Amino acid sequence: MEFMKDIITGIFFFIGSMSIIIGACGLIKLPDVFSRIHAAGMIDTGGTAFFLLGMIVQSGWSLITVKLILIGVFIFFTSPVTSHVTANLARQKKIIPIGKKIGKLL
Amino acid sequence: MYLAALIACGISGILILIRIILGKTTFDRVLAINTLGTIIVIGIALHGFYTGRPEFLDIAIVYALINFIGTVAVLKLFSAGSLGDVKK
Amino acid sequence: MKSFFLFVILLSLWLLMSGHYSFLIISLGVISCVFCVYLANRANLIDDEGLPLFFLPRLINYLLWLFKEIFNSNIGTAKAIITGNINPEIFIVKSSQNTDVAKVTYANSITLTPGTVTTQINEDKFEVHALNSDFGNDVRSNVMDKKVKWLEGDI
Repeated sequence: MEFMKDIITGIFFFIGSMSIIIGACGLIKLPDVFSRIHAAGMIDTGGTAFFLLGMIVQSGWSLITVKLILIGVFIFFTSPVTSHVTANLARQKKIIPIGKKIGKLL
Repeated sequence: MYLAALIACGISGILILIRIILGKTTFDRVLAINTLGTIIVIGIALHGFYTGRPEFLDIAIVYALINFIGTVAVLKLFSAGSLGDVKK
Repeated sequence: MKSFFLFVILLSLWLLMSGHYSFLIISLGVISCVFCVYLANRANLIDDEGLPLFFLPRLINYLLWLFKEIFNSNIGTAKAIITGNINPEIFIVKSSQNTDVAKVTYANSITLTPGTVTTQINEDKFEVHALNSDFGNDVRSNVMDKKVKWLEGDI
């Protein structure tokens, strides 16, 4: 049973590590602010979700699980807000996004 | 296992630090600092499990909240020039 | 009614976070929760926007669908970063929700799935930035819009 738990946790940690390392590479590689927000969103959702899932499997049923879920909920609610605020401010400061523009923008 | 995950967090933290140093605009830096904060939250939780002291999770919760407030405060200061409704 | 729901949510948060169940600690928690509910009532924070209870019956279903969507677009974003298939585009979508809370939920759901970000909002028009045209087509097909409209119910 312990062995199975360790294997599942290891798989989740591996996916999470891949997620955050690819996200960090994307943060360096992508060309402008608006594209980098996507890489940051990947770290915020995929990375944290898989790491927290791995730790939840390891901790079982206790108050620790509740605290891990609370961390997940906080990040889940605050991550889109910071992304949107950053993107909105960058648009208002007249930073021109790379790529094609479809239709008339706001 | 926890050690490997901590090392992955460290590697991506260093990559994000490179973006903070290179970043052209302020928004790049603020975004990268927010993402670094998220990775630090994961790192604190993992460190708590690694040393067998899950009390670190309380610190992780508080760090997640302060990270959000700090990012929004910096962006507001950058856009409006002040943090409150101070009339000049 | 809504004040009572807020009190129950705050008290359960207190009990789960503290982990000490002696009489003194719990009574302190009850007092501080009552004080918080009083302050929220005084500041007129308890309305449909502050505590959207009409989301609750369909929330689980929507959240499961959203998690599946986030997982899929995580894989898509990872592929796009690794292969370098980056072709950003920016466009306008219209939202069909009636209440403000549902609009905020829709915009946050768009931002939460990696690969698409809401950059500006004006009434019922959202300006969306997508990493490449696959993500753009996903948003333009209005599947998420209909889901949030369904989550909102008939108001």
